[in-house]
Amino acid sequence: MIGFEKFTLKNGLRLIVHQDRSTPIVAVNVIYDVGAKDEHPEKTGFAHLFEHLMFGGSINIPKYDTPLQQVGGENNAFTNNDYTNYYITLPKQNLETAFWLESDRMLDLAFSPKSLDVQRNVVIEEFKQVFLNQPYGDAWLLLRPLVYKTHPYQWSTIGKEISHIENASMDEVKDFYQKYYNPNNAILVVAGDVDPAEVKELVDKWFGDIPSKIIPERNLPQEKKQTANRTLSVKRNVPVTAIYKAFHMCSRTDKTYHATDLLSDILSNGESSRLFSKLVKEQKLFSELQAFISGDIDEGMFIISGKLMKDVEVEEAEKAIYLELERIKTEKITPDELQKVKNKIESSLTFSEVSILTKAMNLAYYELLGDAHKINEEVKHYEAVNANEIQEIAQQLFSHENESTLYYLSE
Amino acid sequence: MGINRNIQLKIKTIDKLNHLNSTVTRLDNGIPCYQIDAGTQDLIKLEFVFKAGLFYQSKKLTASVTNKMLSLGTKSFSAFKIAEKVDVHGAYIDTSVDKDSATVAIYCLNKHLTKLLPVLQEVIYEPVFPEKEFSILLNKTKQEFYINLEKVKFLASVNFNHLIYGDRHPYGLMTEKEDFDKIQLSDLKKFYQEYYQSDNCKIIASGKIPKNLISILNEYFNNNTNSKEPKTIPSPNEEYIPGKHKIEKPGSLQSAMRIGKPLFNRLHPDYKKFSVLNTVLGGYFGSRLMSNIREEKGYTYGIGSSLLSLQHSGFFSIVTEVGAKYTDAAIEEIYKELKKLRTEKISESELKLVKNYMTGQIIRGLDGPFALSEKLRMLIQYDLPKTYFQNFVEEINHTNSQDLIDIANQHLSPSSLIELVVGS
Repeated sequence: MIGFEKFTLKNGLRLIVHQDRSTPIVAVNVIYDVGAKDEHPEKTGFAHLFEHLMFGGSINIPKYDTPLQQVGGENNAFTNNDYTNYYITLPKQNLETAFWLESDRMLDLAFSPKSLDVQRNVVIEEFKQVFLNQPYGDAWLLLRPLVYKTHPYQWSTIGKEISHIENASMDEVKDFYQKYYNPNNAILVVAGDVDPAEVKELVDKWFGDIPSKIIPERNLPQEKKQTANRTLSVKRNVPVTAIYKAFHMCSRTDKTYHATDLLSDILSNGESSRLFSKLVKEQKLFSELQAFISGDIDEGMFIISGKLMKDVEVEEAEKAIYLELERIKTEKITPDELQKVKNKIESSLTFSEVSILTKAMNLAYYELLGDAHKINEEVKHYEAVNANEIQEIAQQLFSHENESTLYYLSE
Repeated sequence: MGINRNIQLKIKTIDKLNHLNSTVTRLDNGIPCYQIDAGTQDLIKLEFVFKAGLFYQSKKLTASVTNKMLSLGTKSFSAFKIAEKVDVHGAYIDTSVDKDSATVAIYCLNKHLTKLLPVLQEVIYEPVFPEKEFSILLNKTKQEFYINLEKVKFLASVNFNHLIYGDRHPYGLMTEKEDFDKIQLSDLKKFYQEYYQSDNCKIIASGKIPKNLISILNEYFNNNTNSKEPKTIPSPNEEYIPGKHKIEKPGSLQSAMRIGKPLFNRLHPDYKKFSVLNTVLGGYFGSRLMSNIREEKGYTYGIGSSLLSLQHSGFFSIVTEVGAKYTDAAIEEIYKELKKLRTEKISESELKLVKNYMTGQIIRGLDGPFALSEKLRMLIQYDLPKTYFQNFVEEINHTNSQDLIDIANQHLSPSSLIELVVGS
């Protein structure tokens, strides 16, 4: 159970304060409700590039990092398809410095041309380091456009191609900032050994006078129901062949989300799970094999991906996956197996509350989903799932028409 | 509201740290059990740490494969049964090996702890090393190894380590493809007998510690398995040859590089001062290497440097991956930054920032029971007092810019370094 107080400032900024007396550090987390899905299809990778520019100096503070490091703080950020998340941890004595820095870049940026030039390069190197210069690194870049034909989840956060990043202009940067980086589009969470009333006062002081703006209405093209099986084969210089399967699944706030998550756990959470024990250990078809959900806010992907053992034929490996999917669609899940995955979930939710930063991030995320209080209802939602529901989800999801497969073949 | 956003807020320096609050009790057979009672959640991590890391193996792969095999079959439980027991109780078993130690850790909610201990007891005291599991594990590991060989970063890391310590030092052994055909089940059993014994074990418990923890542990882990024969402790032979090396990886979009040398561990009198120097150079986001090579030039997504402390040694390295076309330019800039450290005094403001940043880093490392247990584990490994972190902060705060020039000249002359580039 994570207790907190929630305030909304006059300019629409939402503030959540969680008190934890046991830690010497404070976590400050800011989510802006903008992600790669809000990008133009010909200008992808922009939300993430922009995240880099948020460290390039703000209207009154030439360097973001320096004052934070001077007070012993550390910060970073990440962007995904749904949102952009900035975080700081620092000794609690210097909390106000975090507010000073974070409020100034919410107020206005410096928009330094040098920063844009350099960060374009840095992001291109990131593109190479993480996606292009790694074995299997481009698999997700290939899989997404296979699965999504209209929804912007069809591109990765890094972008479709390097040229989109190269072409980003200062005007676009300014326009993006004006549209999305406003208090009424942000959620601020402060967690640590702090007093909620004092935090509220400081946040009022630093953030209170930042004007709110009109946020463009999100009107994303919805994905049409997939009606035919899709496949893509590529040959690459990798030691072994890999398979990536994606099935369309529900959104994060759908009432079947928790059952879908448990379905993926039955297939693949832990070494006693079905896919691991049967296909990796018993039949020795794969060296690794996972089932997991993409966790996106809009309708997401249920993924099954694995690397084949050398000398195993793709058809044989795939057939074995289908057999397991057929089994879960037709045979009833035993109460023990269901209880097992529920216990695992209970543990992982509890373990996620060990680090103060993770707590702050999770609170912000649940608020983004609609209500931070939902964070404390998760266990209950998982507990309520029964075996029939999981089986029904399996029957809906694992159909030939709902499936997209990337065969990533070893040359 | 009249606030002035142009003026930086007053920096509150933190000069007092809380000591690590831990206790130690011996089990009846003498195994020390260190305890950190911290955090807000009703969970626990139990770590069994053995001096059974890579340092102690005479044949490559032995230490890591032995460690992985522990949970793959015991006297009364098959690998599947062990996995199932662990999963059913929502727990995680984590086995890992580093250069010095081998660890078996279990993470669980306290309400499941006693149901998991019979399994853990057998994993630690009664593994049977089944042939079938050995062959599956070896094939999987081999395949992962082949995939890793396609990564420039991996190639740079293993080859650099080999250049630093060489074939005659146990830290220097580099796994090669044919090692997977040489390792035998008998090697693992022998290694287990020698190094996984109660007189070579320490337990570290962290989280919400149950009041009766020691009596429960005595119930399961009180075997006396002290080895009859003396353990083989290798005598390291440190020799390294400075120089420049290149490994071709055709088609690489980036070059991975390492520049560094063998140095010393945290017990050396210069360790703390060198840590300050290292932080200035490449130990944080605002470091000179990051500012120059990422934030100024855009050659890389990231660059950093570190001084890694090991039980019997330590090494310094600069680590990065840069765009292939920037390789030479990046190397040139790295040497320029090293030269600056040897010739120019670090300004008071930069030094102050680094000291404050380092203090903050230590405080951040004290958040939550698991972060605390990592710190404690380090203190135990090097037999350091609980006041270590307080002393560390005091000593770095007494370091001045002349000290750092001296340290840089003593340890970072370009002719003493090993340079390795992996790329096209």
